[in-house]
Amino acid sequence: MKVGIPKELQAGELRVGATPKTVKRLQKQGFEVLVEKDAGQNANYADHLYEEVGATIIPSKADLFQKADIILKVQAVNDDEVELMHKGQVSLSYLQPAQNQALLQKLADKGVNAIAMDAIPRISRAQKMDVLSSMANIAGYRAVIEAANLYGRFLNGQITAAGKVDPAKVLVIGAGVAGLAAIGAARSLGAIVRAFDTRMEVAEQIESMGASFLTVDIEEDGSTASGYSKVMSKAFIEAEMALFKEQAKEVDIIITTAQIPGRQAPKLVLDYHVAAMKPGSVIVDLAASTGGNCVLTKNGEVYQTDNGVYIVGKLDQLPSQASQLYGNNLCHLLDDMGKAENFKIDMEDDVVKRAMVTYNGAINWPPEPLPVSPQKPKVEVEEAPIVVPPSEAELSRKRTIRQFTTLAIIGALLYLLAMVAPSDFMQHFTVFVLSVFIGWQVIWNVSHSLHTPLMAVTNAISGIIIIGGLLQTSNNLSDPMTILAFIAILVASINIVGGFVVTHRMLKMFRK
Amino acid sequence: MISVSIQIASYLFASILFILSLGGLSSQESAKRGVWYGIAGMIIAILSTVLGPNISGHIYIVIAIAIASVIGILVARKVEMTSMPQLVAILHSFVGLAAVLVGFGSYLDPHTHQLTGAAHSIHLVEIFIGVFIGAITFTGSIIAWGKLEGRIRSKPLLYPGRHMVNILLVIVCIILGAVFAMATGTGGMVYLIIMTAIASFIGVMLVMAIGGADMPVVVSMLNSYSGWAAAAAGFMLGNDLLIVTGALVGSSGAILSIIMCEAMNRSFFSVIFGGFGNTPTGTTKEITGEATAIQHDEVTELLQNAKSVVIVPGYGMAVAKAQFPVYDMVDTLRKAGKEVRFGIHPVAGRLPGHMNVLLAEANVPYDIVLEMEEINDDLPETDVVLVIGANDIVNPGAEDDPASPIYGMPVIQVWNAKDVIVMKRSMATGYAGVQNPLFFKDNTHMLYGDAKASVDKINGYLKA
Repeated sequence: MKVGIPKELQAGELRVGATPKTVKRLQKQGFEVLVEKDAGQNANYADHLYEEVGATIIPSKADLFQKADIILKVQAVNDDEVELMHKGQVSLSYLQPAQNQALLQKLADKGVNAIAMDAIPRISRAQKMDVLSSMANIAGYRAVIEAANLYGRFLNGQITAAGKVDPAKVLVIGAGVAGLAAIGAARSLGAIVRAFDTRMEVAEQIESMGASFLTVDIEEDGSTASGYSKVMSKAFIEAEMALFKEQAKEVDIIITTAQIPGRQAPKLVLDYHVAAMKPGSVIVDLAASTGGNCVLTKNGEVYQTDNGVYIVGKLDQLPSQASQLYGNNLCHLLDDMGKAENFKIDMEDDVVKRAMVTYNGAINWPPEPLPVSPQKPKVEVEEAPIVVPPSEAELSRKRTIRQFTTLAIIGALLYLLAMVAPSDFMQHFTVFVLSVFIGWQVIWNVSHSLHTPLMAVTNAISGIIIIGGLLQTSNNLSDPMTILAFIAILVASINIVGGFVVTHRMLKMFRK
Repeated sequence: MISVSIQIASYLFASILFILSLGGLSSQESAKRGVWYGIAGMIIAILSTVLGPNISGHIYIVIAIAIASVIGILVARKVEMTSMPQLVAILHSFVGLAAVLVGFGSYLDPHTHQLTGAAHSIHLVEIFIGVFIGAITFTGSIIAWGKLEGRIRSKPLLYPGRHMVNILLVIVCIILGAVFAMATGTGGMVYLIIMTAIASFIGVMLVMAIGGADMPVVVSMLNSYSGWAAAAAGFMLGNDLLIVTGALVGSSGAILSIIMCEAMNRSFFSVIFGGFGNTPTGTTKEITGEATAIQHDEVTELLQNAKSVVIVPGYGMAVAKAQFPVYDMVDTLRKAGKEVRFGIHPVAGRLPGHMNVLLAEANVPYDIVLEMEEINDDLPETDVVLVIGANDIVNPGAEDDPASPIYGMPVIQVWNAKDVIVMKRSMATGYAGVQNPLFFKDNTHMLYGDAKASVDKINGYLKA
């Protein structure tokens, strides 16, 4: 099977559907890879790099579309490209299916099986192909870099001979993938980071990244089954705005990432917030393309307001990095679809059936909804047979009875023993039993890692049986008892000496 | 010459030193002090006995101890840490042998037969029991040594009706004991010898029936027996020091056996009465997928990209003597700022705590060596787990496959880590003879070959 990588046509799109690294992966999966001339140029992947890993460079776009069975693209194909496609061809790219009904119809008419990478359901299994996450990660990182660039100071606090520098304060609004990536990047540059999100469940994630979680005093959770947040109540929004006002006075950088799919981005940073900010502060609006979270954002522009606040409405895509991650997402999807050998469009598959927006000449959109909450679904409590657990008192009573019985039996046995045994024996027996108890208590404290030394040392100590031999030795070597005793002393001493030496040797090795 | 009172005082003092010695093993710092307490206790005990009343033949005593010391020091210095289990096993057999000899000696002692009535009978029973335990310890330990050394095949030797045979033999011994206790003079000698032969046979069969994976239990059990043998000798000689020490050692071994059995989720009796992994109940889960092999350079790359690495060693590391290159690797990775730790399963190796000793020998600091429970919680956040020569202790079947013979045994959950690399000689099963579904998981990569050679190779790449 042949995979084709066309050059992106949309202005400003610097990414490409495959990088030399992902081409290698595709080949491992068994695909033959065709790359349009100059496809990777904008992402700093020259044609010869593709050739070096074994891809074929095709000079003509028409040729490429004709030869390839699968097309890997970033942006949706445009009308000209659709004309070049053929029936049964598979295409993987962004499609924005909700906004692009006309394009879907064209693709369906052509018989193209188009997969919208932005429609991959956000379930655990599909994380590795989730382009929204991988791209959001880049955006979050880049937002901080962009902000740091415009912000005329250090982000980290320093105490130098030339004076003290306060750390910058960064507020991240919306703690999705991009928000969390921004928190991580800002933290690692040394800034103090706070983050706000209407979903209570992300508080832990925010804190795990090293930011503090801001909340308002109203108890309302914005989480929904889709994983995105819902529109909040009026009271909540008022409290939120008041909170932002407070924060705006204080923070140096605001990064907003709140987006709701298929809708305008919520307006979270209002004109009076911007007015409250210090000159030289920076707002980076990652939702600029869907209208912006800040009312003053101009999509595709970076400008400074009258009061000296920079508002960033466009971001560098880091095309080289982005292409690599995007390409990997595509590889993972192709991997899931059976690689070259067993390539198959499985419309039963949870991921494929939702992302495949046109199939066999028909439009397959919108898909059936799929709850993808990061929270565990509430498990139905099964009707268990009711077993009343015995109460604490009852248990304790049972335990007491058992212990008393055991003790009574032991007492009786001891009494029986004393009936027949001489007092001498009973004294030794006392010593014996008490020693067992001591041993029991002492040994439980021995650390696991010292079990081998414990065995070696108990081994040496059990050589104490040498005393038996010592007591039995006489001056007469022809006496069989003395011979036996001699051998006993010999072996027991090997034990003692060997055991102690080896234990000592072992313990010497343990070091902190 | 010292008086009996002083001798008793010395014995008491020696007992205290022995207890402190064992107590010292609760931590690495105090352990070294503990050994010196033990040595001091032993010297006091021997001196106070030798200098005490009614002791003769000093010259022979000195000769015997001198010869033995030379042998003991030579052996203990030469032994490799990997063959520690064998050494421990063979030393146990010495205690058993000494107990048998002391028992026979005591029977030959004319003083024994000056006793009359119940005192005489009880004394004879003490001798009988002492010799019985001693003989089992002696032969059992020799077999254990042979199995650990690889001279006797480690597969359990099982024959039908062996439990019946063993019970019958024990009953025969009890009858012999009764006859022996009633015999006058040294007339019971023949019964004592027959019983010794039977007990030796029981010792052999007991250990022969136990598989290689259960060796840690067997060794600790024999450790316990050697203690009881010493205690029994104490009873027959009326010597409290022997009783105290024997009881300490006996309970220590018993506790170790319990700990080992708990670690394998098996009852003590099922281990002792053997037959592990050969009679799986029901059909085990079908294993799907295939094991994917990985090369050394890829492993190196994974390690270099990892932030946290956990190493799970098993008996295979001991066999390959890979602990030194492993530490070399750990050192390189730690210097590169990675968090590297070891996860030790309680029954890894062939002796309780075997892995800890090997790692200590290679200078691995013990604060990065963690127990199973401690490491399991951290595994989901771990990037790479290296399993070196371990198999059953990382088998997920123990948790999710009720038909698996090792179902219920706590295991190190390595599969929760992002990537697992398993170093193994081949796809053969572990000692338990159970297939390991871990090898077929998506995030598991198999690195075939000798553990030491593999780690050496990775070290080469890491330093390149």
